[in-house]
Amino acid sequence: MTALAAIIRRDIRIALRVGGGALIGVLFFLTVVVLMPFAIGPDLALLTRLGPAILWLGALLASLLTLDRLFTADHEDGSLDLIVMGRTPLELTCAAKALAHWLAAGVPLIVATPVLGLLLNLDLGATLAVALTLLVGTPALTFTGMIGAALAVALHRGGLLLAVLVLPLSIPILIFGVAASEAAISGPVSFGTPFSILCALTLVSFVIGPFAAAASLRQGLD
Amino acid sequence: MSLGRYAPFILTSYGIVAAVVLFLIVWITMDYRRQLQRLRELEASGVSRRSGRSAVDTK
Amino acid sequence: MTLTELANPTRFLALTARILPWLAGATAILLLIGLYQSVTAPDDYQQGATVEIMFIHVPNAWLSMFVWAVMSVAALGTLVWRHPLADVAAKTAAPIGASFTFLALVTGSLWGRPMWGTYWEWDARLTSVLILFLMYLGLIALWRAVEDPSRAARAAAVLTLVGAINLPIIKFSVDWWNTLHQPASVFRMGGPTLDRAYLIPLMVMALAFSLLFITLHLAAMRNEILRRRVRALQMMQASQRRAA
Repeated sequence: MTALAAIIRRDIRIALRVGGGALIGVLFFLTVVVLMPFAIGPDLALLTRLGPAILWLGALLASLLTLDRLFTADHEDGSLDLIVMGRTPLELTCAAKALAHWLAAGVPLIVATPVLGLLLNLDLGATLAVALTLLVGTPALTFTGMIGAALAVALHRGGLLLAVLVLPLSIPILIFGVAASEAAISGPVSFGTPFSILCALTLVSFVIGPFAAAASLRQGLD
Repeated sequence: MSLGRYAPFILTSYGIVAAVVLFLIVWITMDYRRQLQRLRELEASGVSRRSGRSAVDTK
Repeated sequence: MTLTELANPTRFLALTARILPWLAGATAILLLIGLYQSVTAPDDYQQGATVEIMFIHVPNAWLSMFVWAVMSVAALGTLVWRHPLADVAAKTAAPIGASFTFLALVTGSLWGRPMWGTYWEWDARLTSVLILFLMYLGLIALWRAVEDPSRAARAAAVLTLVGAINLPIIKFSVDWWNTLHQPASVFRMGGPTLDRAYLIPLMVMALAFSLLFITLHLAAMRNEILRRRVRALQMMQASQRRAA
């Protein structure tokens, strides 16, 4: 277990450093959420209605941006080969890396959500609902996105391909995340239904993500 | 056979399907010819397959 | 010929050369029969003549999923058995499957306008098929992005198997959610509910399109094998030139 803990600590440390990318994710999230009212116009009622969707979309795009770094940095300095060849099962290592990535890049997004909710004229209850769905959904985004990151790891300009591969897989998470937020805020549908499906998606991604990513890394590196 | 007032929709659907199917057929046929052409050129320039068979042998 | 014997590309080419003309002929005949049956099918009580769109929409929709299933089997062939033709099968099926998915979406949209009053609706069935189309495009992009064909094959195989999750979602989406798209009326537990006058042209068209896929797929596989032969010979030529 110490091997996995070591990987998690290492990844978090690297991500939190200046060029690491964790804070860039939050900045991008902020930028997207600030851009939306400029595009939509100052109609506050409309912004309130669209608020959960804007926050979710911003979180999705921000996590896509930072997913690139999940494996490429290790690939470039050769440590990915060592990780693949190591004794710890590659699936667990991938899960550990995804967990570290979520802690460093995903949690700041969730923390930033209440602040950004103010910009979108969301009240406290709505913001907390969105933050809760993001808390459950961003791990799913990371773990599913890991599959694309592993597939695109050895490509030079893999960033764009990664986004193309990951987006179709992320759509259900986005749909149910926003549905759960809307249900909590206004909807006739009870919060529990879309929320439990979101939880289910996250749990499924915890299994499929590491296995698919490990398979991709093994195939892609020999 | 009258197609009713939605005739444009029906005709467009069938038309698009025909167009895409034709496109696939044409693309695959032209690709075949292109590969055969390249194999002929390679054989003419003296390269030979490991098995000794002709490069253009597709049977 | 067993699957292992067919692993030899040359034998596969020989087989293809023999059966491709017959397959193409059978496809053409069935398409013509199906076309005739489709346009002479009786007008539907509610839909009028637009029911004829069903005969081209449904086969394309079925095939869009069937081709992904074929690619998934090929993906297993690549990852588990390292069957040499599995790569070729998977690579060539993707553009064909993407075309069928595109046609399913377009014909469905053109059928939806008169039927439901809208070209598009974000219900579960349409959304999941659109996601399938995006996954096809992503898969094709992945194939083209990796230089080495066998590495590309393995990466694509993983993505194909992950994407296969979408297939049961598409199939059952009309049952699990209240969708605008109608529920299953052919492949369902109680047997088809479609009237025979429509069921028969539909089955003929489905068979015709399936044969079309098999024909196109085998022809494309033949092309891909030749393309690899070209690549091998070009590399040999380059090394010969360097040695000389």
